[in-house]
Amino acid sequence: MNSPEELFATPTDTNADTDALARLHRKLEQAAEEEGLLDVAYRTVDSPVGPLLLAATARGLVRVAYDVEGHDRVLDTLASRLSPRVLRAPKRLDPAAQELEEYFDGRRRRFDLPLDLSLSKGFRLLVQQHLPEIGYAQTRSYRQVAELVGNPKAVRAVGTACATNPLPVVLPCHRVLRTDGTRGDYVGGPAAKTTLLNLEAAA
Amino acid sequence: MSTKQPFEKVVAEHGRTVLRVCRALLASHDADDAWSETFLSALRGYPELPATANVEAWLVTIAHRKAIDVLRSRKRQPVPVEEVTEAPATHGVPDADDADDGLWHAVRALPGRQRQAVAYHYVAGLPYAEIAQIIGGSTDAARRAAADGISNLRKNYPGGGPS
Repeated sequence: MNSPEELFATPTDTNADTDALARLHRKLEQAAEEEGLLDVAYRTVDSPVGPLLLAATARGLVRVAYDVEGHDRVLDTLASRLSPRVLRAPKRLDPAAQELEEYFDGRRRRFDLPLDLSLSKGFRLLVQQHLPEIGYAQTRSYRQVAELVGNPKAVRAVGTACATNPLPVVLPCHRVLRTDGTRGDYVGGPAAKTTLLNLEAAA
Repeated sequence: MSTKQPFEKVVAEHGRTVLRVCRALLASHDADDAWSETFLSALRGYPELPATANVEAWLVTIAHRKAIDVLRSRKRQPVPVEEVTEAPATHGVPDADDADDGLWHAVRALPGRQRQAVAYHYVAGLPYAEIAQIIGGSTDAARRAAADGISNLRKNYPGGGPS
């Protein structure tokens, strides 16, 4: 005779259950959006610089994260800083995914997306807001960016603002180099910075 | 400091168990609806849930109420839904979980409190003290309801007892 525990043991991952849960998840995403409960929607996309996490609030794109940042850790941070109502819901990210794909194909030079910069404050926010003024395939030094935002002595703070950019690629901190012309650090790692600069130079 | 994990992790960790609980309580189409209602309601209340709360017990409590709502609304519209919802795959969802289905069918045939106690203890894995909180009554009463449920199940479900 089976014990009740054996009787109700979870069956080995039946495909039917997995399909049903995928379908129910999609329904939940849609209902959450309709009810205004989707505080943070996210998805991942593949790119020449590795998988990117994209997250958006109702206001706009709020976070782009490289694999090296640890997507789970980034999601934990979004849950604690914005709202724990975080759901994998690709639909809201469709426009961002589309524009990024065009960018990586060399068919887009400027992003036209609603952005939510609520993760940044003060001087960092100011610097990040000015980054799109550095045009496609151009570069500036940290010093030049400090001058651009009207605080020529804040070179190190510009470096910090770039390192904490919540929207890399979209806000092009990869176009900011060290004053001696070397690439300098990058939130996605130095190889990603090189890839983006080469992509823009070739397009 | 304990911070709350993203809701997506709650769905990933507990979605399957809650679906099995819903199927133990309701026929498959209704079970899907109860799952949807449960997680939407949980998403709404999630920011206010204390970070130390037992998330699974919380979800089962919500599913318990949603299942009661579904059963009540079925009684108000006395259409022969039993037959309809048991029919195989009318909207593209193959009932490939048939192996389970006989079991769920037998559980659903149990009287209400036995059915709930069996589902919450043996499917969700909740301790009887938690179950008593959800269905009311004492911890011992919840334990007895589950034991009675299992012995009834053995009479009615071929896989559950000696043949």
